[in-house]
Amino acid sequence: MKNITKHILGVSALLALASQPVHAHRFWIIPSASVLSGDNQWVTVDAAISNSLFFADHVAAPLAALTVTGPDGSPVEIQNGKEGKVRTTFDIELTKPGSYRIATIREGLAASWKEGEETKRWRGPVKDFAAAGLKGKPELKVFENLSRTETVVTSGAPSTDALKPTGKGLELVIGKNHPNDLVAGEKASFILHLNGKPAANCKVTVVKGDDRYRDAVGEIEVTTDAAGVFEVSWAEAGRYWLNATVEGEGGEIEGVPFSRRASYTATFEVLPG
Amino acid sequence: MKKLAFLLIPCFAAAARGGEISLTIEIPRLEVAEYHRPYIAAWIEKPDGTVAANLVVWYDSELKDKEGETWLKDIRQWWRKGGRELKMPVDAVSGPTKPVGTHTVTIPKKAVDLPALAEGEYRLNVEAAREVGGRELVKVPFKWDGKTAVEAAGQGKTELGKVQIAVKAEAAK
Repeated sequence: MKNITKHILGVSALLALASQPVHAHRFWIIPSASVLSGDNQWVTVDAAISNSLFFADHVAAPLAALTVTGPDGSPVEIQNGKEGKVRTTFDIELTKPGSYRIATIREGLAASWKEGEETKRWRGPVKDFAAAGLKGKPELKVFENLSRTETVVTSGAPSTDALKPTGKGLELVIGKNHPNDLVAGEKASFILHLNGKPAANCKVTVVKGDDRYRDAVGEIEVTTDAAGVFEVSWAEAGRYWLNATVEGEGGEIEGVPFSRRASYTATFEVLPG
Repeated sequence: MKKLAFLLIPCFAAAARGGEISLTIEIPRLEVAEYHRPYIAAWIEKPDGTVAANLVVWYDSELKDKEGETWLKDIRQWWRKGGRELKMPVDAVSGPTKPVGTHTVTIPKKAVDLPALAEGEYRLNVEAAREVGGRELVKVPFKWDGKTAVEAAGQGKTELGKVQIAVKAEAAK
């Protein structure tokens, strides 16, 4: 019972973060290396929700929600996992050549309503919405969130089987460039999909890591075209954080209209030319 | 001794088969606290930038469990250009790291068939990456018309010294 309580609280805390302004906190998964050579290499991965990139200064990412997909599409074991106070860390062994996806998805509903002067909130999975009995509450607002956070690492030549889109939420589709083949001084082009279709006119924000050591965040902002394509020019080598969030009409749940919010967040490494 | 070896090369030229490549790479002496021999890759790029041939890959090929392959990706342009597609070791191309000094290797026509390549602007690339050290890429452009002898050289500034390529003329038919 204690475990269940902890789990629910964990999910609630994350959803609370998701509903705050986009730049309040940044979720990131960062590998010790993204381009590797040799057989059976190990990568150690850090995951956290923080303000500065990529320093763990807020809360750890939930370890249980992290998944790793191997080059052949099969799951890869998370080893030596530890969920600390501000940072989660674990290891993976790259036993096969190709690209691995390390990802986490947060999804659920968030509701708010008024009881007198007070704003009440509820968060939980879709299946619990009816039981929460919120229908008819004054000024009820309901959001459905689906947030994807990921990174990619490659042993040997890059591949794309592990990076196939799922058709759910906002996600990156590999176009001309692979996320583990990014070099300073070059331009890379990617595609964003929302629920399996091109996410047109979607704003994408890119921030270089180590913002702790500079005054200006130096965000790069680009917008997807009609085909969901966006391009980023990598001025410098380094580790970059990328985020896109879309909001729209969701439909109805139990007769209550809700808005839908989907976000895609990734960290990519750009190597010197 | 190294210099002497280099001077002798032209003497072999007459006997050498056309299209044979002679590659010379100088590994400079560096005054650093911790020195490891550099990993070096040399390759020829076609006019379109793709790899025509890998000439040498010098790395810690003798370590157990192929541990030396861990750092191949640090020769990062070569890795990206096609090193990552190779299965190491590569016969007649890969070998152990070399000490400070000038090293000349002869690449027979049967390993790299330059004469068969289309006429155009080619480029020799020599890239060195050193453990806990720097990395440098020296590019040496040269024209290849399928038969005329080539001699071209470039100069590194940090991790590499002089690099040279000589391609023997095709024998008259």
